[in-house]
Amino acid sequence: MYPNEVELQWSVLIVLYPFLTGLVAGAFILASLERVFNVEAVKPTYRLALLTALAFLLVAPMPLQLHLGHPERSFEMYLTPHRSSAMAMFGFVYLWYLMAVLVLEIWLDYRRDIVLLSQSSTGLKRIIYKVLTLGSSNITERALHIDERTGWLITLVGIPSAFLLHGYVGFIFGSIKANPWWSTPLMPVVFLFSAMVSGIAAVMLLYMLLTRVRKEPIDMRCVDAIARYLFYTFIIDFTLEMLDLIHRIYESDESFRSLDFMVHTKLYVSHILVQIVLGTVTPIALLSMTQILRLSEAARKRIYATAGCLTLIGIFAMRWNVVIGGQLFSKSFLGYTTYKMGLVAREGLLTAIVLTVLPFVILWVLVKLLPPWSEGKRTPITAPAHG
Amino acid sequence: MSAFKDAGHLFRLLGVFAAGLLLFLIVRGFLVPRSFGEYGHYRGNALAEIAARPVNYAGHATCEGCHTDVFDKKKDGKHAHVNCEACHGALAKHADDPASVTPQKLDAAVLCVRCHEANAAKPKSFPQVVSADHASGVVCDTCHQPHSPAIAAGGAK
Amino acid sequence: MKLTRRHLLLLLPAAGAAWKYVLAGTPEAAPDYNRTEHWWGMLIDLPRCIGCGNCVRACQTENDVPDGYFRTWVERYHVSDYDIENPDVDSPDGAKSGFPPAKDPSGKNFFVPKLCNHCADSPCTQVCPVGATFISPDGVVLVDKTYCLGCRYCVQACPYGCRFINPKTDTAEKCTLCYHRITKGLTTACCENCPTGARQLADLKNPKDPIHEFLKTHAVQVLKPYMATHAKVFYNGLDGSVR
Repeated sequence: MYPNEVELQWSVLIVLYPFLTGLVAGAFILASLERVFNVEAVKPTYRLALLTALAFLLVAPMPLQLHLGHPERSFEMYLTPHRSSAMAMFGFVYLWYLMAVLVLEIWLDYRRDIVLLSQSSTGLKRIIYKVLTLGSSNITERALHIDERTGWLITLVGIPSAFLLHGYVGFIFGSIKANPWWSTPLMPVVFLFSAMVSGIAAVMLLYMLLTRVRKEPIDMRCVDAIARYLFYTFIIDFTLEMLDLIHRIYESDESFRSLDFMVHTKLYVSHILVQIVLGTVTPIALLSMTQILRLSEAARKRIYATAGCLTLIGIFAMRWNVVIGGQLFSKSFLGYTTYKMGLVAREGLLTAIVLTVLPFVILWVLVKLLPPWSEGKRTPITAPAHG
Repeated sequence: MSAFKDAGHLFRLLGVFAAGLLLFLIVRGFLVPRSFGEYGHYRGNALAEIAARPVNYAGHATCEGCHTDVFDKKKDGKHAHVNCEACHGALAKHADDPASVTPQKLDAAVLCVRCHEANAAKPKSFPQVVSADHASGVVCDTCHQPHSPAIAAGGAK
Repeated sequence: MKLTRRHLLLLLPAAGAAWKYVLAGTPEAAPDYNRTEHWWGMLIDLPRCIGCGNCVRACQTENDVPDGYFRTWVERYHVSDYDIENPDVDSPDGAKSGFPPAKDPSGKNFFVPKLCNHCADSPCTQVCPVGATFISPDGVVLVDKTYCLGCRYCVQACPYGCRFINPKTDTAEKCTLCYHRITKGLTTACCENCPTGARQLADLKNPKDPIHEFLKTHAVQVLKPYMATHAKVFYNGLDGSVR
């Protein structure tokens, strides 16, 4: 090891960050399936997917801030961004996606409900809704039609934006020529597809969980459709990862021996057992069972839930193996180091757990504020009597 | 203009965004350091700040200024190009104000072996010994004067 | 020998002129230092390196480098016969206290001092998101520690492992080629204290600098040339096994 390499630079928080932005991208792509590609079946999850994306996107910069040596200077990235730096440009991609895509789309889709709620609710909630209406209470059909068309356009722009959001994170790693574990043109693509897999799985699980909690009948047509998309995306993701692996083994360049040894020893549990066997092969096998065999609703629900959970664990492991794994070996290819994860430190395990739970807390607040089920199943929010 | 009336909320939104952008530009004007971009994409004043760090090693040339006697002894010996401070420690403060800082006494046993202890990786032509076996392990400066380490024909310093 | 004496003779008048600035207490760059007239690099003559570790200690003293982190360090290589792709390398505490006796004196053994290569095309300055690290007009890659966020992207991007995060300032740090010395006509702390002249500061823009003659007459390499960083630290006698 070069003497300065012994200590790892990027901790578990930097593992968490691509995991969170991945969920954002994946959830958004699922939502856009309905909006742009008119996949009717997944409509019940449309609003939930958008809110999930927002909840995770709001938390995503937090691990980054906590990891910085000087978080108080992080605004410098917007003041004097270095145009040649992927990290600096990502600051703007994030901002664009948050403001011009996600927030806008949610606002446009919910605007009618926001206006009605601003008139029917009281107290603090009333103030919040009033602010969200931006002072306009126009919910005539024409206005709503304009909203719908604009929203469609934003979703259309949002799909490549979502690709850019997470592909960029992959590029941040993939463009580092100094690190052969990261440096591959496949990195942004692999990140993107694994993001889609994790996002779709997360929305599927959330939908199944929430319908259960709300004691609503589950729309199996919807869940089956989501599971199908999860399956297809997973196949692509698996293919890409296997391509990277096979290519490395075949070409066997100067870094290969060192990386191979690392995967078989230090990363054996996290890479081979958790990511590949438990987190990729098993969910794909389970999902393919549901595609090939005719199974009962109960069996399918159990398989989806299991596959979904394993998928999320597997994709987290993938992020771990990329970020932490990329720092465990020396750039001299002659040595290895260990990651000592703190427990109750600024960049420790406890922080990571809190940051993983936080998006769900935010989602809970969002769901209370902007109920995703006002259209479709439930009775719509009624306008007040004096209208 | 009914189309615009029904799109009023979008214009309000655009207004909010424009206000946000304006606010950002104003704040940016205050926060970006003045010297930023002077020579490149960095704070120009940093160059002067880094160059203004205090110096700790005075350097060979500086020591010679006062210690001419040592220099005379040293210049023809094998240690001619070894910096004084390599053994005597960083002494810019001493050169600055000789009375205030007195260089400490040195331990030959520790210092000499740093360079001259035999090691397979050292160039073969470099003078190196196994200190424990060399001259029955006596301290180096018993026979070698560090400023001009060659032993004269008649024996010791 | 000839090389180091000439080098000293070049430094003497410059040091004399710069001396009054060192005396001043809070010195500033010598007023006749023009950044555009210099393009700094270093020459490392490996056959001369004896692995004494003076450079590592001098650097730490000169630049207040925290323990456990290194702006420069020395590695010892042991290569057995023709297996140059699998050397044994060690660097005990960066060679701050020199090296213990070699475990296997057979085969080929040698020392390699390393430091920031002050690359003309450095990947570290490319990835800095805010412009806290940069290459100066005179070719020295520096870090502005009042602007650095501590994101560690530059540490990841350096192929040579020469960067670290200073735990006291929580910012990126690395060899500055003793910028505060070379702008006053002095040489770097490591070159000053190298007893054999293995390390020599080089001003590539100065036609009288001995490096030009040296480059013409010796087979010289840089570390990891395939990274195309255009490193400015040149190694004479660099073995193929060196990583």
